Amino acid sequence: MANLKDLKNRIASVKSTRKITKAMQMVSAAKLRRAQEAAESGRPYAEQMNAVMAGLSASVRGSETAPRLLAGSGSDKVHLLVVMTAERGLCGGFNSSIVRLARQAASKLMAEGKTIKILTVGKKGREQLKREFGSFFISHVDLSDVKRVGYSDAQAIAGELITRFDAGEFDVATIFFNRFQSVISQIPTEQQVIPAAYESDVEVSTVYDYEPDEEEILADLLPRGVATQIFTALLENGASEQGARMSAMDNATRNAGEMIEKLTIIYNRSRQAAITTELIEIIAGAEAL
Amino acid sequence: MADTMQFDLVSPERKLASGPAREVRIPGAEGDFTAMPDHAPLISTLRPGILTVVSPDATTDYVVTGGFAEVTADSVSVLAEEAHVSKDVTQDMVDKMVASARKVHAEAHPSVVDAAAKLLADMEALGSHMKL
Repeated sequence: MANLKDLKNRIASVKSTRKITKAMQMVSAAKLRRAQEAAESGRPYAEQMNAVMAGLSASVRGSETAPRLLAGSGSDKVHLLVVMTAERGLCGGFNSSIVRLARQAASKLMAEGKTIKILTVGKKGREQLKREFGSFFISHVDLSDVKRVGYSDAQAIAGELITRFDAGEFDVATIFFNRFQSVISQIPTEQQVIPAAYESDVEVSTVYDYEPDEEEILADLLPRGVATQIFTALLENGASEQGARMSAMDNATRNAGEMIEKLTIIYNRSRQAAITTELIEIIAGAEAL
Repeated sequence: MADTMQFDLVSPERKLASGPAREVRIPGAEGDFTAMPDHAPLISTLRPGILTVVSPDATTDYVVTGGFAEVTADSVSVLAEEAHVSKDVTQDMVDKMVASARKVHAEAHPSVVDAAAKLLADMEALGSHMKL
């Protein structure tokens, strides 16, 4: 019976799909651990950096000679959205959730009459935004060859941002990425990096001597601050991607399992039905004699 | 007076060292200085150079390429862009750092060419200082 053979083929195909999703899940689990470690080991630097920057910027803010990276360019007409997504798909809602947030922000800014420009990091976000916002793309950073995101990658992105900022191409830059909460929850986040937005309500407990003076230090540190924020975002994104993929693949594996069970039941039933039919035919034939 | 202070050396990618230190010799942008317990609070940028940490049981040299140091009465945190334990650094690595500084200098915008020249000179001085 052809039907039985079809069913058998389908079961075999779902089984091999399950093997693949299971393998991907395990690979992601291993990568997740590494990504989490990387995110964690980057934390002390970022925290210290932010603390120092917050103190510094609080004391310099308001001064007329404050660096442009901190004070801004004096207008907020042109916004640059840096959309950080993954290079690969098959990770659940990971890419879409970032893209959705970016899209909302872009629409809102446009409604306010602002000009937007978009810089994408990672192929997937670019693909998803292309149709609607393709004309706003100014650049793309490809990280598909990068096995492990290093500080130099973040520095390269920060360098590009700062060069463009100095050339007056935009006034405000915001990065979009997923903050890692847990394996099942990643929070799409937007964060303004230029002009630097450090919390100014930090109570500065110690009065520091600065060498060279505050503004020179700031001018030196601000580009590093941007790079650090981007690096943190990249690491968070990396961990989130693996987490999202792991849970997506876990779901896929479970669904494949359920499907196999259902198909097996159908297969057994139809086989039994076929046997019964055959038996009835034989008995009917014997009675007729 | 406390005998030691907390010393941390972190790079963006990981924490390189952490522990008690008796004194830390820091290559500051405006000149070398030594931080000891009860030092006045200070934040200084670094130039490429050698950072020496004297802890109660050993003295370790690190090669740093830049970053900044935060000194308080009971701790020193050094946030370095790139840092290596001095004895792991090879001539190759120094050559590479000097080469990249040279490249930056060659391409530098007129307004920052002095800074780039200083960076290059510091890198070269670091290389010769290492006596590899």
